[in-house]
Order: sequence, then structure tokens, then C-alpha cells
Amino acid sequence: MTDTTAPAAKSGVRISGAFHRLLAFSGLIALVVVFSIASPNFMQTQNVLAILQATSVNGVLAIAATLVIITGGIDLSVGTLMTFCAVITGVVLTNLGMPLPLGILASILAGTFCGLISGTIIAKLKVPPFIATLGMMLILKGLSLVISGTKPIYFNDTPGFNQIALGSAVGSIFPSLPVPNGVLILFLVAAIAAFVLSRTALGRYTFALGSNEEAVRLSGVNVDRWKIAVYATAGGICGVAGLLIASRLNSAQPALGQGYELDAIAAVVIGGTSLSGGRGTVVGTLIGALIISVLANGLRILSVAQEWQTVVTGSIIILAVYADILRRRTL
Amino acid sequence: MLRRTLLGAISALALLSASGIASAQENYNIALISKGFQHQFWQAVKAGADKAAADLGVTVTFEGPESETQVDRQMDMLAAALSRNPDAIGFAALDSQAATPLLQQAKDAGIPIIAFDSGVDSDIPLTTATTDNVAAAALAADKMAELIGGEGKVAVVAHDQTSRTGIDRVDGFVNRMKEAYPKIEVVSVQYGGGDQLQSTEITKSILLANPDLKGIFGANEGSAIGVANGKTELGSKIVVIGFDSGAAQKGMITSGVMNGAITQNPVGIGYETVAAAVKALKGETLPPIIDTGFYYYDAATMADPAIAAVLYD
Repeated sequence: MTDTTAPAAKSGVRISGAFHRLLAFSGLIALVVVFSIASPNFMQTQNVLAILQATSVNGVLAIAATLVIITGGIDLSVGTLMTFCAVITGVVLTNLGMPLPLGILASILAGTFCGLISGTIIAKLKVPPFIATLGMMLILKGLSLVISGTKPIYFNDTPGFNQIALGSAVGSIFPSLPVPNGVLILFLVAAIAAFVLSRTALGRYTFALGSNEEAVRLSGVNVDRWKIAVYATAGGICGVAGLLIASRLNSAQPALGQGYELDAIAAVVIGGTSLSGGRGTVVGTLIGALIISVLANGLRILSVAQEWQTVVTGSIIILAVYADILRRRTL
Repeated sequence: MLRRTLLGAISALALLSASGIASAQENYNIALISKGFQHQFWQAVKAGADKAAADLGVTVTFEGPESETQVDRQMDMLAAALSRNPDAIGFAALDSQAATPLLQQAKDAGIPIIAFDSGVDSDIPLTTATTDNVAAAALAADKMAELIGGEGKVAVVAHDQTSRTGIDRVDGFVNRMKEAYPKIEVVSVQYGGGDQLQSTEITKSILLANPDLKGIFGANEGSAIGVANGKTELGSKIVVIGFDSGAAQKGMITSGVMNGAITQNPVGIGYETVAAAVKALKGETLPPIIDTGFYYYDAATMADPAIAAVLYD
């Protein structure tokens, strides 16, 4: 979190990103302080871990969505793709009885493959991302139900499976700090995605596509190929989310997933990534996802009536984005 | 520095509220985690729980995910409820296995768990307050058979294929028809997600595909309203049997579009759950299942006090 206070002032884009992260981060801290004062149960280790656990799936999905949104696209299929990957893992591990590593591989490959298809439909067939991924969302929702026979697939025959999200490697070294593996995986995915975005060709083209796709094309770059690569990468990350949710529930729930894309997109925009593309950070998205789960958890701890929880969450989303607009106007 | 002051302030607050709790000891705090929230059915469960809370002098909180597919969101709610250190927890599981680690955590913390509506595959809950959905749907089949004269084609529009109630009600209806009424054929079982509009469209397509259909069973509130809407839109004369109540469904039964419906006792489910939690906290033993009952009602019986008491708007 220290990098949010050290602005990497190389360009206007970077400055605005850093400022926004600072803003979102202060928002997160403010929420934590308010809830801590309001309830003694909020800052308990167990509850903090519950918040992080609740962030893990949405956080990973939001990172996938961040990559796509930076290119100026959108991916509405992240939620049902996650479910589809979970179901594929269920088929591989439970129905076919394969060993655990193959199940993990299958989930990530299935996600990458579906992302590849979405990317191809968008880049080659010129179908707008909103429509292409909307179609994909429904296709995958249906396929998950078909493949699973509309019933949850349980992982009772793969005893180690629920350790992916629920076990604690940290806890086995430091027993007083049982951080679930799911949370570690979230931070690992975030670190890798941040590295890819800032240090690799894929990352540079991701930003370039969102800033000015035509200029990139005119400079002789194979735009289609990079675009497909971004959607495929995002798909692979959804595969990780599929593993996390399946492990946490010890089952692949085929009916789950629709609606999760909206929470992911909310985390992305709260974190300062622009829906028009070309601007965004993984750290911002992580903070955005944390804000959403801190808010949900804190309001529950305070026993705020559920109908009001929804109103507050909606208001915070609008407020966060409006604050960003205000700040950029004054720059 | 700031952090230390903050921590100091927080722990001071913690001490204050801890002493506050200690002085009011008998006011039990019971957290209910349901399968849904905005549906009228769950609101009726909540009303029952609130009534029990008032009668027994306890505090009840009630929460549930927005859709009955969001198993992981329900886990988050259960985890947050645990962090609040309630005296007891009432839990209506969306998935019969997924919550086991959290339930174990509650058990280890000495928090009694009462299951309601749907059971879990675990012996941690002290009891389950629920409707026998298979028997309730079989009663719907009996009434359907009676109304169509014991022969012909019928269909089912249900809410989903994955939840316990969806599975039990479809099985209960279809199996009862197979076993007891050989001249009745269930030609179609379709799922509309409990969505009224989607269920309407499904009903119309079933009716258009089977012009000689005699009746349709709508397996939950949204499905049943959809079936009745589809019947009205096509001007059909089929027999419609619904499930649960709600103002819209009650109106349809009064007007005759729907012949009748099975009602559970959601108010009773909520009430019994809280009552069982209080009994558990006082150290009383509980039966493994608390059957909260179900009834068939139609325009003629709707006003009976025994029926009217369990119907909700």
C-alpha cells in the first residue's frame, strides 16, 4: 500500500491514477475507522479475515474486468465464466476422478479458452464487446447448467480441494495469523496482473488500445492479436476465481454467477479505472473491491436493515466516481 | 502515533460496550440468515421471527442474499453474523453442505444453531423448522387430479432445478401422479426461475404446444402467478394450482383464475425458529424436526381463521 503515497509522476495519466488511488484508499481507511469506532466486533481478527475472504472472489473477477476495461472494452461474462470454470473443475475432479493439479489446470485453461473465443468474436467479427460478452455470459450460464446436469457437483472425493481457498499456508507458519489461502491467491493474482500491466508488452498495448486504438493500428501493430490476448488473459483469471469459489463452497454451483459481473465492474470503477479505457490500476481495483466488502460487512456488523445496506452501497459507488470526476476537473 | 491513539479509542469503546452487554444479560441476540430477503415469503418468515422476538423478549436480526443462487454471499453473511457474537443463529441453507466449516466454527464458539426452511447435511443444527415439501406437492397433485377428473395431461412450472424446495416439489408432484393416477400424464416440467414474466412465457408455450392440457401446477409464488397470467393471456380454461400466497395469488384465487394453492406456514417457520433458539439457550432439548405444516386453500376456505392466519400479503 506504500506505493499509493509515492506518485510515479511520469505522465498525466499516471498522476491521475495515483491521486485516485490515494482518494479511494482514504475512503477505505475512513470506512474502516468509522466501523471500528461504531462496533467493537469490527476490528477483530476473525472479522477482518472474513472481510478479506469475502473480497477474494470479487477481487479476482474485478482484476480480470480491469484488464478488459482498460482496453476500452467490457466483459459481462466474468461471473458466469467463473461458474463455468468451476463446473469444468467439478467434471474433471469428481466425475472423471482425475488428480487435483489437473483440475486446477482445467479451470484456468477453460477460462483462457473462453476468453480467447470472446476476444476473437470482438476483434475478428467486430461484434461490440458489450454484445459479444453479453452473449457469452448467457452461453456459459446455459452450458454450466447443461454440463452439470443442473445439480451442484461436490468435491467430497478430493479432500485437499477446499484447502485452495480455506486452508491457510500463513497460519501453518504463524498460527496467530490464519490468513486463508484464497486471500493470498487474490494478492498473488493482483501482483502478477500489476506486473503484466506495467512491465510487459501486453500491458503497454492494453493501455494503448484503450487510449487510441486507431493510432496503434496505424503504427503497424497487430491490434486484433493483442486484443484477443487481453480477453484470454482475463478469461484465465476468471478460471482462478472459479477455483476459489468452488473450493470455498466445496462444490461447483451451476446456477450461481450472473450478477457477479456488476460487483466486479463496481469495484473497478470505484478503484478509478475509466470505463472509456486507457486509464486504470490493479491496486485501485483491489481497493475498490475491499471498499465493497468492508461496506457490506460493516453494515451487517452494525445490524443495519438490509434494504438500507443496498441504498448505502449504491450511493457510495456514485460518490466515488463523482469524486474522481471533480478531482480531474480541478487538475 | 495516530494508529496507537486510534487503537486506544477502539479498545476503550470495546470495553464500554462489553460492560453494556453484561448489565442486560437476559436480552438474547439471535441472528437469522435466510435464503432470501425481498420475496414476500421471506418477509413473512421475518414477520414471524419478529413476533417471536417481541413475545419472548429477545433481539432478532434477519438477512438473506438477493437471489437464491448466491451461496457464497450467504456464507459472507453467516461469517459477519458470527463476528457479531450472537447468542444463537438461525440458518436456512442455500446449499446443504457449503456452510459446514462456518457452522463448525459457531459450534466451537458455543453458539447454538437452529436450521429453518432447508436442512443441512450435518448434525450441528439442534433442530430444523421446516415444511415437508414432498408431501405438500403431493397434496397439490391430489387436488389437481380431483379437479380434472382423474385423467388427462398436466404440466409443472417450477422455480429452479437446484434448490431443495425446487427438487422436492417437482418430485413430490410428479411421483404422486405416477403412483396414484395412472391416467394422468405429466407432459412437461419447465423452470422459470420464480420470475413471473418468464413463467408466463413458459406457460403460454406449454399451452400452445398442448392444446388438450387439463392443468398446470406452479411450484412457488412467482411460478404460480406466471401460470395464471399465461392462462389469462391465452383465454385458456385449464386448472391452475399454485404454491404459497401473497396478495396477487390470493386475488387470483378469489377471482377464479387460480383454483387453489398450497400454503406453507412461513410465519410459523420464523416464529418456531426463534422459539427453538430461545429454548436451546435455556438448555431445553429439542426434537430433530419441527414440522411447521402446510394447507390447501381455495376461494371457499381462504377466510377460515386457521388458513387466514398463515397466508401473507
